[in-house]
Amino acid sequence: MRGRTDVRRRLLVTIGAFGALTLVCCLVAPIVGSTSISLARVFSRTIPYADNVDAQVFFIARLPRVIAAVVVGSGLALSGVVFQALLRNPLASSDTLGVAAGATLGATIAITVHADFNLFGVSVVPVASFAGSIGALVIVYLLSLARRRGTSSTVLLLAGIAISALLSAVGRFVQYLAEFTDTARTMQWIMGSLDVGNYAPIVAALVPLTLAVAGFATLPRVLDLISMGTESAEARGVDVVRAERIALFSASMSTGAAVSLGGPVLFVGIIVPHIVRLLVGADHRLVLPASALFGASFLVVCDLIARTILAPVELPVGIITAVLGGPFFLWLLFRRVQ
Amino acid sequence: MTRRAALAALVVVAAIGLAAQTESAARVISLIPATTEMLFAMGAGDKLVAAGSYDHYPPEVERLPKVGALLDPNIERILMLKPDLVVVYGTQTELKNRLDRANIPYYMYVHKGLPDISETIRSLGARVGMAQQASSLASSIESRVNKVRAEVARLPRPKTLLVFGRERDSLRNIDASGGVGFLHDMLEAAGGTDVMSDVRRQSVMMTTEMILARAPEVILELRYGPPEAGDAEDLRQWNTLAAVPAVKSKRIYQLRGQEYVVPGPRVAPAVEQMARTLHPEAFR
Repeated sequence: MRGRTDVRRRLLVTIGAFGALTLVCCLVAPIVGSTSISLARVFSRTIPYADNVDAQVFFIARLPRVIAAVVVGSGLALSGVVFQALLRNPLASSDTLGVAAGATLGATIAITVHADFNLFGVSVVPVASFAGSIGALVIVYLLSLARRRGTSSTVLLLAGIAISALLSAVGRFVQYLAEFTDTARTMQWIMGSLDVGNYAPIVAALVPLTLAVAGFATLPRVLDLISMGTESAEARGVDVVRAERIALFSASMSTGAAVSLGGPVLFVGIIVPHIVRLLVGADHRLVLPASALFGASFLVVCDLIARTILAPVELPVGIITAVLGGPFFLWLLFRRVQ
Repeated sequence: MTRRAALAALVVVAAIGLAAQTESAARVISLIPATTEMLFAMGAGDKLVAAGSYDHYPPEVERLPKVGALLDPNIERILMLKPDLVVVYGTQTELKNRLDRANIPYYMYVHKGLPDISETIRSLGARVGMAQQASSLASSIESRVNKVRAEVARLPRPKTLLVFGRERDSLRNIDASGGVGFLHDMLEAAGGTDVMSDVRRQSVMMTTEMILARAPEVILELRYGPPEAGDAEDLRQWNTLAAVPAVKSKRIYQLRGQEYVVPGPRVAPAVEQMARTLHPEAFR
């Protein structure tokens, strides 16, 4: 009984601390940028919106970016936690299971064939990349099922790597056939960008992300047990097959949502869960919410840097995530080893 | 005696070398759309034995064998055609090395500004023995562009954003011309002020914030392919940025055609069309 209140207290402290960090990032980020805006003008009721440049910079250029960074950062971090626990492999992430390759293939095809439709105001490229990421994971999952009832982490991992290589090869083939300008477009998409321009793609990404969070909510205890090994988890009465299905489904939904919105932003899915584990320990009841919040703050800050450091031009956010995240992660790692 | 023979040999070698240099190329391969168009326009089309896979203008180019392009030149096929001049892009280092080893001369070309187009036409013309024709082609392009410059000289110059790429049905991944390069030069010649001219690069990745901050009065969007269904819908995406003067005054235009992205002889009509779009009142 004492243990439970202890966990509840730690959960409150963790969510409080990480939540406060996220809140501060989200409040500061839309105010800072390459152009200076006045908050008084942004919220002024006397200037009509159509003429209010400050308000449009705030509501069209910056706020959607910050929200997109929250969605993408938390989505990638959450799926990273789940993939790492499920596969019992510290390097596992959505990239390992072919999700990024699938999303990239989807986007590449949509860009190359100049597909033209939009779904509830979302353009074809995000839709295609979402379909690609889910498609890749479905293939990997079916392959691992074919081996035995339930999934084995090794089979899943190897199937993921094989499918990833295969889909990348198909993607490169499509790029090879593509017009030059389309290849350049595809490269831009791969580098990732959070300048989504309006709220429709964010709302669309929130649908799969909400489904994913609902799935993740059932998982913390199960993931703790599975990360010790599936046999011992089964011995303790966990329905491993069912848990793995929920985990894979939720993780693919959150990755798909994130990648379709921001492109395959590098590194967030791998390093955020590790940094969080170094800070709060291995208990998934803490790791999952903390990763979601830390992933969100991390990407908001990275995007802020990406759009201001070389102003007026800006850098792809994936470069910042890797450049900042890599050394910070190494520092935490070595500090802990000492 | 041996000294005299050596001297004679040297003279012969030098003479052959000189002859090889002045002799104009007769079997030319051009891998770049711009230089292929230049060669055809100066009347050297019959000297071409192959072209690049992206070269589609003029229509006669389609009967030539295609031997790859910027990233995938087919070296084997190029060598098999025994060219005596290959027009390559500046970054094709590997191709240049191989041509060096095979002793095949090449002409190195890079996209630069508008003045470089006539410069390239003249020097390429000299290499293929058509200096005269090339020079008159270059002059006619220069005079057409200068005529446009003169016509717009006294007109107000709208602040213009020149977009040459954008993700369809969204305002994402917008590429615009920066302050250098032929697109920038064409816009300035056509009587517009480039809103990104302070960024000294050929292309700039634009964000919605940059567009709002720069407040262009005109947005010109270049498209290369044939018109597509849904173009009008796609153009309406700009309406999201309601505070941008170009959106308010509905001065957002699509210009279609390869001539806007191929810095070849067709820049003259492209500049004229751009000027008509920017200054409809002056070109009635």
